[in-house]
Amino acid sequence: MAVTEDTGTAPINGKPQSWWSGLSLASVPTPYWFVGAILLLLPVLVGPFMLFQVFGWALILGMIALSLMFLGGYGGMVSLVQMSVAASAAYMLAIFGESAITQISLGWPWWVAIPIALIIATAFGTLTGALAVRTEGIYTIMITLAIASAFFYFTRQNYVLFNGFSGFNGVTPPELFGVDWRQPTPFYYLTLFWAAVAYLSVLYVSRAPFGLALQGVRDNARRMEALGYNVTAHRIAAYVLASFIAAVAGILLVWLNGQVSPGTAGIGPAIDILIIAVIGGLARPVGPFIGAIIYVLLRTFALDFMVSIGLSGERFQLLVGVVFLAIVFWSPDGILGLWERWRNRMNSTDRLTGKARDNDGGSEV
Amino acid sequence: MNAMANTSSMASRLSATGTANALELRGVSKFFGALAAMQDITLTVKPGERRAVLGSNGAGKTTLFNCITGDFLPTSGVVRMFGEDVTKFPPHDRIRRGLRRTYQISLLFGGLTVIDNVYLACRGVSRNRFSLIRPGRSDALMHAAADLIEAVHLTDVHDTLVSELSYGQQRQLEIALALAGAPRFILFDEPAAGLSPTERRDLIDILNNLPGHMGYIIIEHDMDVALRVAESVTMMHNGRIFKEGKPEEIEADPEVQELYLGGGFTHG
Repeated sequence: MAVTEDTGTAPINGKPQSWWSGLSLASVPTPYWFVGAILLLLPVLVGPFMLFQVFGWALILGMIALSLMFLGGYGGMVSLVQMSVAASAAYMLAIFGESAITQISLGWPWWVAIPIALIIATAFGTLTGALAVRTEGIYTIMITLAIASAFFYFTRQNYVLFNGFSGFNGVTPPELFGVDWRQPTPFYYLTLFWAAVAYLSVLYVSRAPFGLALQGVRDNARRMEALGYNVTAHRIAAYVLASFIAAVAGILLVWLNGQVSPGTAGIGPAIDILIIAVIGGLARPVGPFIGAIIYVLLRTFALDFMVSIGLSGERFQLLVGVVFLAIVFWSPDGILGLWERWRNRMNSTDRLTGKARDNDGGSEV
Repeated sequence: MNAMANTSSMASRLSATGTANALELRGVSKFFGALAAMQDITLTVKPGERRAVLGSNGAGKTTLFNCITGDFLPTSGVVRMFGEDVTKFPPHDRIRRGLRRTYQISLLFGGLTVIDNVYLACRGVSRNRFSLIRPGRSDALMHAAADLIEAVHLTDVHDTLVSELSYGQQRQLEIALALAGAPRFILFDEPAAGLSPTERRDLIDILNNLPGHMGYIIIEHDMDVALRVAESVTMMHNGRIFKEGKPEEIEADPEVQELYLGGGFTHG
């Protein structure tokens, strides 16, 4: 992770820096090196199941939730359509590329099918955005939810293009450079690479004029108009970037599962993305990935846990729900919020004396 | 020859824009349902002119500003800026033509730092608003933003989150945002409201030190401020223009004094 999340700005009269300022490796704090090293060495540390089904899946869900974080955290727009955008990319790859459903799939080579899938999915997300940006708050949620459910029912009922209830199976990544990308370790590195690209892009753009202006729109849309910004155009542009990230994640998702069906983009998964983003925290791009890993661990191991305490295994959603409730109750800004409050308490200084406070957080009189 | 022809045509163009009024309102009205917030306002402001708009609460002053900036579309009437009919323009198109405004209640970006706020204002009226490339510290607009911050005495809080600023500092930042880019005409909506006497003096200095070609309209309750920064005054009452004239004429006007409870209007 080569970009710090430091939002501070150095004094103007410092040494001249250019657009890559903040990208130098020396400015990366130690914890980032640590996390980065663990992520890179993970194939040595954990087994193929953890690598593929847990971390691979978590990185993909994290990317989709990241696209929601970009819209919600920076743009103030909560979109429930991100999972549908990812699923539409997955469907398009299955339709234009190769799958087991040969009577529908066109079987075009991957280097044609993937760009087409990305473009169509991004266009779909952008179009949804163009409809949604004229509304605010709960109405944005309702419009995107309506489009997400329309997409779900459409794919389930359309057999000509989307193969209805069963969808497409047998969608596999291409063999490239002599590597079978469906194998756990290569696939893990593939998702890790794209997740890192998505994460760093969002981080970088957040401090670029476009990202700053988006945060301005979030804080005060009317003032942004009065500063010369076309707020509607800015919001739609945010959907373009978010949809593209979700579309890339969708391609990885169909390779992970080997299949895509209406269930991929159901209302449940759409809301799960929101849950992931909220659990992790919407304030910073790392939040969605934290949320995704917690969500995937719960989904994977809740069943065993429920059985071990004598409850029926199919009630695993109960545990997911309880954890979600607990996090939102104790920390409305997610795990990130918990972490930041803890760190502030550790580092807090007394405003009057400038001395470090006791670590119990109590203020001196 | 050719060059001379060009020069003369440019001169005529310049004089044409020079003679155009900075702002011209013809019969502008704004109704909210049956309520007339502003009725039949006709107002002309020359380039570089500095005018104060006075009036009690509900006189329609802020509605006037909102119709000029395009925050509201007027129910009827025409708004022209520098000779161009902008009645139907969205706010950002008017801003890009040189109009600026401040708000009575600060509208700032609380989640961003002071420099980011001013940088956004500078970027909003220049190119590459959608740029995905981070600005470097040597970026021209970053320097422009730093200069503006210095001009409104906020250098000490350059990197502070705006939500952590004091009220007075937020008011100063509000002004810095309006001065970004190359403003030709500025609308100040009660910039002195809630400021301490020292801050008021600073504000008057800032306004009086603006370049001569920068005209403005200022809404101000404090006569002490209004009379020191304006060369003409428009009095509004119940959504209509009540009186126009020089500050001293308005101040001496018996009808105006009547309106302001028999002379409570003076600043003595």
